Amino acid sequence: MDMLLQTVLQGALLGGLYCLFALGLSLMYGVMRLTNTAQGDFILLGSFTAIAVIAGLKILAPENMWLPLLLSPLLLIVAFGFGYVLQRQVLNKVLGKDPLPSLVVTFGLSIVIQNLLLEVFSADPRSIESAGLNTASLQIPGGITLGVLPVLILFLAITTTFGLQWMFNHTALGRGFRAVSDDLEIAQLMGLNAKRLYAYATGIAFMLITMAGVLQGMRTTVSPSDGPMLLLFAFEAVIIGGMGSFWGTLAGALLLGMTQQIGFRFDPGWGIWFGHIVFLLLLLVRPQGLFPKTVG
Amino acid sequence: MHTLKVSRSNAASRPALIVALLLVTVAASIPIWAPEEVRSAWMREFVEIACYLVFALMWNLLAGYGGMVSIGQQAYFGFGGYVMLMLSNFLGVNPFLSVLLAALCTAAMSIPVSFVAFRLQGGYFAVGTWVIAEVFRLSFANLAFVGGGSGTSLTAFAGISKATREQTTFWLALACMVFSIALVYIFLRSKRGLALMAIRDNEVAAESQGIAVQKTKLAVYVVASLGAGLAGGLYYLSNLRITPDAAFSVNWTAFAIFMVVIGGIGRIEGPIVGALIFWILNKFFSDYGSWYLIGLGSLAIVITIYFKQGLWGYAQQQWGWSLFPTQRRLKESTKGKS
Amino acid sequence: MTALLQTHALTAFYGDAQALFGIDFEVHQGEMVAIIGANGAGKSTFMKALTGLVSTQRQQISWKGQAIGGLAPSDIVKRGIALVPEGRRLFPSLNVEENLLMGASAGRKGEWNLQRVFELFPILKEKRLQPSTSLSGGQQQMVAIGRALMSNPAVLLCDELSLGLAPIVIKEIYAAMPLICAQGMTAVIVEQDVSKAKEVSSRLYCFQEGQVSLHGTSSSLTQEQISKAYFGMPDAHAAVGGDA
Repeated sequence: MDMLLQTVLQGALLGGLYCLFALGLSLMYGVMRLTNTAQGDFILLGSFTAIAVIAGLKILAPENMWLPLLLSPLLLIVAFGFGYVLQRQVLNKVLGKDPLPSLVVTFGLSIVIQNLLLEVFSADPRSIESAGLNTASLQIPGGITLGVLPVLILFLAITTTFGLQWMFNHTALGRGFRAVSDDLEIAQLMGLNAKRLYAYATGIAFMLITMAGVLQGMRTTVSPSDGPMLLLFAFEAVIIGGMGSFWGTLAGALLLGMTQQIGFRFDPGWGIWFGHIVFLLLLLVRPQGLFPKTVG
Repeated sequence: MHTLKVSRSNAASRPALIVALLLVTVAASIPIWAPEEVRSAWMREFVEIACYLVFALMWNLLAGYGGMVSIGQQAYFGFGGYVMLMLSNFLGVNPFLSVLLAALCTAAMSIPVSFVAFRLQGGYFAVGTWVIAEVFRLSFANLAFVGGGSGTSLTAFAGISKATREQTTFWLALACMVFSIALVYIFLRSKRGLALMAIRDNEVAAESQGIAVQKTKLAVYVVASLGAGLAGGLYYLSNLRITPDAAFSVNWTAFAIFMVVIGGIGRIEGPIVGALIFWILNKFFSDYGSWYLIGLGSLAIVITIYFKQGLWGYAQQQWGWSLFPTQRRLKESTKGKS
Repeated sequence: MTALLQTHALTAFYGDAQALFGIDFEVHQGEMVAIIGANGAGKSTFMKALTGLVSTQRQQISWKGQAIGGLAPSDIVKRGIALVPEGRRLFPSLNVEENLLMGASAGRKGEWNLQRVFELFPILKEKRLQPSTSLSGGQQQMVAIGRALMSNPAVLLCDELSLGLAPIVIKEIYAAMPLICAQGMTAVIVEQDVSKAKEVSSRLYCFQEGQVSLHGTSSSLTQEQISKAYFGMPDAHAAVGGDA
């Protein structure tokens, strides 16, 4: 019984990370119906950028251990800018009723990023040093041990989801996002600049992506070819949870994490497979997801 | 008074048909006239390009004509390969026959899979098919009797000479290529094909005209998977060694996308032109490894944004070329009542 | 008196299909002009062309003397032309108040704000936080009008206000029009109900198959003239009642 509880809890913690993978995907699809097939690769781009920056800082200022942490807001700002420019210069050109152009472009970006990372960093797995944070653990009643970093990640996932949902419901920007998502033509009739709104959305999505990438790099090792796997986890979390709701995405991510952990318990080789199968079964019986918003 | 008649051929298509027949005859006779030193290599390369082409042709049918963009067709490619191998190795079926049977099995497999896949639309359909392909990969990677993660080899050719094997594989590949092109062309010229293009242009309007949208989409999906399975079976017939990571790799779809986008989506000539260009690029640049792939990806992005119709589509727009005309044109007939 | 909004031989296409075949139209400051016509006559297409939802050539539409044909919708609303779209088209994910606030996105200054809209349509204040889709047809129409007013337009275009509404509700909606126009608002209304159109407008245009088949002062047009123009009778094309 203890074993089951431990497995489920660890699955929930894993789900926290999956939620961060998925929020950016959910945001971009929700606002502009764009499926970012390069999501996983961009997450890794975030991880490796952080790795490179930290390595560089180590050379420039070896004694200062806290510098990377202090610079992380800067990384998020750069990420926002990157997403904004990418949307305005590239992705805005391929949006439309036909899903193919955006799929081909994001898929092309996926291949370009994967191979660029491969060239620059080689295929060796790397990780971000977290001064022992990734091995620290805490005991909770019931004799269960949880990692400190995973708990932190879950906490971040919950607060980020809350923040995103709040932004959508209570700010002018969020209102704009909902309007262009509902009816682009009429939103433009009201005077909204869709191109700029889309760029803001992608900018925010890339902040989430970078956060996810850094945390993934701290929690485990990353290698340039991990991209597709991360995309599929993010995608499954969004679908399981139900489209149109960030809390749904969080729920979907938690469920996916738990399913995978249970699968791993049975046999390490079948863990991910089990997650995929549960996803496909859910798609069969409840394609709208667990918590869909009724609005199309 | 002139009457109007529906015409499908145009000025370029009839001489092109003759040229095509000539090319096929020349190609078929390669085992006879090709010099000894390069014969084997040429045949192997031809088989490889035939597999790429058939796969791309089918992906184009599904996405360009059927409007269903899939990033998971590699599921059927690998499935076809594995089934071909299992039929040959374990049931003693003639490997050449296995390829054809494997294609049929793949088509059958696609029907239950479609129940799940069709739950999604657009971009999410694309990623969903990728998940399904991963399930195929992981499943086969965990089956010990086909070698698990390390894969296995085709042993059914023991006792047959290399020359015979290579020649028959070559002719089978040529036949599959011609068959696939003919199949797609005839399908698109038929009423079903017109229905498909109507669905692609406007699904709701098509439905209101009485077109069975779901049935037509399923038919296309099954045909596309048949083709993918055929390509997979053929590829591993030639390659002799299969591994799950290679057989179910998303790179197959990536290359198909590249060929179709470069050549021009939604046109039959597109994948053919794209496959040729891809083969040429491959010949010169594949040694550059990652940089080659970066180049391919960037090229696909640029063409999608700035040359939406691909290279053949651009030619069609500028000069009205069409080797495989599927458009129906109203022509004034000079015969008729006056 | 120069016209506020004018079209010159306006043409519009949906792909290859032509919908408007040369519309000459004008409206002056403070006027209420009605457009009538059968379904498919081109009335809604005309509204879309005026607001940039359907593209036209630059010189075919002029606003205060400037050519604005084919500009983006967001540019046109900034200049002061607002549309109450056919079928309301409220934002389903937004509540009543948020829908109204969206109307102010163009950033034009003027007398219309949330408070004034609530004064005009008190029921909306009551339902301000409810999802827009939960309101009745008439109430949704009020939101759509309010949303257009929030952009402080100089010209209000209303496309089929009475569509799908009960007569008593239509009466209520139109009762608000004088209040809206009291401060000199100019309005163009597309209306299915011919007698209503005659009643509320000073001038009237009749569209038929993408062309103007009749125009003149509403009070002087006879029922017979209008019927002929509406249905496309041979001698229907005429300008009656002098030039406005």
